[in-house]
Amino acid sequence: MNSRSPAQAAVPNSAESSLPNGLGAAAILSAGIGCFLLSIFAVAADASKPVAKFFTYYVPTGPLSGVSTTASVLWLLTWFALARVWSLRTVALVKINVAAFVFLVLGILLTFPPFADLLLRK
Amino acid sequence: MEVSSRALFTQLHGLLFGAFFLLAIFAVVVELWRTLYEIEPRTLTRAGRSLEHYYLIATVLLGWAAVLTGAYIVYPWYRAIPPAGAASLAQYPQALLKSSPATAGWHSLGMEWKEHVAWFAPIVMTMVAYVSIQYGFSIRKHPHLRNALLVFVLVAFFAAGVAGYFGAEIDDHAPVQGGVIYHLLQEAR
Repeated sequence: MNSRSPAQAAVPNSAESSLPNGLGAAAILSAGIGCFLLSIFAVAADASKPVAKFFTYYVPTGPLSGVSTTASVLWLLTWFALARVWSLRTVALVKINVAAFVFLVLGILLTFPPFADLLLRK
Repeated sequence: MEVSSRALFTQLHGLLFGAFFLLAIFAVVVELWRTLYEIEPRTLTRAGRSLEHYYLIATVLLGWAAVLTGAYIVYPWYRAIPPAGAASLAQYPQALLKSSPATAGWHSLGMEWKEHVAWFAPIVMTMVAYVSIQYGFSIRKHPHLRNALLVFVLVAFFAAGVAGYFGAEIDDHAPVQGGVIYHLLQEAR
């Protein structure tokens, strides 16, 4: 006899089990790309006054407002586009993980001021 | 005992949103790491799964609250430009830090790194929450997916840690001050 209430019953979800890895891959790769874009925009704004001015969407915050907003919007658009293409597919996840991780590490390196200064020869 | 509105918002940004976000990411690290050593996949009740989803969503909201309050409320106070010939730089933390070689690094390294790398953490945690909610227990059937989440969460923890550490140090060396003063406790005379 099962006396569990619906809230207590364990939930096997067949939809989850049959989900291909494409949806996850799209999320992972787009996150890596989003972080990388943010760092590229940050370096570009640091290197060029016109770029910094372009990214100044909100004057009190300065270029950071445009750098973060633009990168966030592009990240979401990339995610949406990749998810549309891959959501029902099984993709080569190892390669995608490596690419996403490379984007992420490059992003971290580019946000690290001594590394960015080295690139910009400051 | 009193606190200024600017100090209060800075504490809200760093101590409430930022610190809780860091702790919440650490719990996700532990949970994902634990699944590497799982023999029997665990099951949860519907209520337990909802709780797990709420936890992940709350973590993401904390992250976005931390970066948005930081960028749009605290940072403008931090980078405010002092008027020419200002007698004191106490209300201008960035200028105060840059005024001495002993503290300039907290801006040129600390703030310049923190202001950008901090955004990585909510971006990554949004992805992690989405994938965890979408795949649920079946994530164990996709070890490469689970491993990628673990690596990304560790990077988010690092990014949030960098932001937290430099935020605390910068606030220690050049605190954001000013605004309305709230009297929290009146001293007995």
